[in-house]
Amino acid sequence: MRIICPHCGARDRREFTYQGDAVALERPAPDAGGAAWDDYLHNRENPAGVTRDLWYHEQGCGAWLVVTRNTVTHAVLTTDLAATVREGLA
Amino acid sequence: MRFSGLRVLKEGLTGNTGWTPHWRDPEPKSDYDVIIIGGGGHGLSTAYYLARNHGITNVAVLEKGYVGGGNVGRNTTIVRANYFLPGNSEFYSHSLKLWEGLEHDLNYNVMHSQRGLINLFHSDGQRDAFARRGNAMINQGDDAVLLDREGVRKHLPYLDFDNTRFPVYGGLLHPRGGTARHDAVAWGYARGADTRGVDLIQNCEVTGIDIENGTVKGVQTTRGTIRAKKVAMVVAGRSGQVAAMAGMRLPIESHILQAFVTEGIKPVINHVVSFGMGHFYISQSDKGGLVFGGDLDFYASYAQRGNLPMMEHVMEAGMTLMPMIGKAKVLRSWGGVMDMSPDGSPVIDKTDIGGLFLNCGWNYGGFKAVPASGWATAHLIATGTPHDTAAGFRLDRFRTGRGLMDEEGTGSQHNLH
Ligand SMILES: Cc1cc2nc3c(=O)[nH]c(=O)nc-3n(C[C@H](O)[C@H](O)[C@H](O)COP(=O)(O)OP(=O)(O)OC[C@H]3O[C@@H](n4cnc5c(N)ncnc54)[C@H](O)[C@@H]3O)c2cc1C
Ligand SMILES: [Zn+2]
Repeated sequence: MRIICPHCGARDRREFTYQGDAVALERPAPDAGGAAWDDYLHNRENPAGVTRDLWYHEQGCGAWLVVTRNTVTHAVLTTDLAATVREGLA
Repeated sequence: MRFSGLRVLKEGLTGNTGWTPHWRDPEPKSDYDVIIIGGGGHGLSTAYYLARNHGITNVAVLEKGYVGGGNVGRNTTIVRANYFLPGNSEFYSHSLKLWEGLEHDLNYNVMHSQRGLINLFHSDGQRDAFARRGNAMINQGDDAVLLDREGVRKHLPYLDFDNTRFPVYGGLLHPRGGTARHDAVAWGYARGADTRGVDLIQNCEVTGIDIENGTVKGVQTTRGTIRAKKVAMVVAGRSGQVAAMAGMRLPIESHILQAFVTEGIKPVINHVVSFGMGHFYISQSDKGGLVFGGDLDFYASYAQRGNLPMMEHVMEAGMTLMPMIGKAKVLRSWGGVMDMSPDGSPVIDKTDIGGLFLNCGWNYGGFKAVPASGWATAHLIATGTPHDTAAGFRLDRFRTGRGLMDEEGTGSQHNLH
């Protein structure tokens, strides 16, 4: 599995650290309530198919990436800088 | 058909022509008292104990593939009771006791072999942690022996004791730990359930769960609608998808775990051994293959196959610990889809939907749990109350933070177990 870093190009999976579902970009407000926090921390869509997750290019440029990939085929579809994706959410 | 020594002898002398299929292949009925979704180890043992312990036999197990085709037939077969935390400890202790009587109970040779399990440690800190775990195991009524370096050498003379980077300080021996033949466990429970009247319906994928006014009514399948008073979701790595059919989101991420087996060789590894400084554990199958594995690939996956980095790590760790295995050729490798929970412990619980039950979150350790999990899930379905040994496996512990069971002490968060 190779991941395409927008800065560094296609690199070995070993250079990256996996964080988990990209839900981490949408942190609820501190007072959003128990259910919202439970969803954010624990509950997952967990799709068999296309998913979006966060990877950290630890042994490369140090960027946080949102990787869209297929959990059944391991194909990496698109990669975006997490910073850019967050701006889009704001 | 019952198995016995005499029967094996007679069949051997008469060309093995008298054996019959171990279970029926029935058409699904239009309704049941209980439907179990998933014909893996946990689904089959649940069905068996529903019939055996509670006399509930109007039961169907719906399996989308074939019995034993999931993780129950893909694991590395380690059976142990060396858990640490209250909640887990009594459950796995109960499971090991059930294992010890399983072959007689099922009249089936599951090749349960209590060859002893040794977890190696390589530092003072690790020794302390294992001493503490050993004490917890003894307090639970199970067995544990703390071995020093020379004690380990007696059992495992083939380790690289001179490794300067990761010296072997000792090991925690769990004499009653060992392995079993994974397929036989599935087949034995399947046959036991079928004999008691349970319908095992293979090639029957559940595609929807029917709920009316907050109560489950049955399921939609590739073989038609089947109604039931109670439905249990027991689908391991597919838990997220099946629960979504009931409108539920689960605290589960599916991850890949790989395993490897070499060509068959003469007996050389008599125990189950795990390395304390890298992801590697090993045992030898009765056929002679060295069966070994490591940790998750560590990214969400349903591929049932892993990638090369973890493979390389596992092989490196194995070579570091016991260089002799470098001479054996790896024959096969494969992966299974693990239902990982945030705290690394399972769920056996009711849901907010009447009559709908959930069994999931077995992570990479659910094979040893098969007997006690079926026992407890059947108890919950039959009586509506959790079994004593599984009372801690509540689904709401993540929401409330009360009763989390984080064996590794890394925190209740996805991707840490
Ligand atoms: C490589 C590897 C090594 C492991 N090693 C160990 C070990 O040494 N010791 C240990 O204790 N545990 C181990 N495990 C973990 C253990 O195998 C699992 O935790 C356990 O088998 C999961 O429960 P199960 O047997 O019920 O799962 P499965 O056998 O996967 O059963 C689930 C079943 O549900 C079916 N299903 C899914 N969706 C549907 C649907 N919609 N409709 C109908 N049926 C459906 C599937 O086809 C499957 O047969 C290991 C796992 C792997 C992959
Ligand atoms: Zn980069």
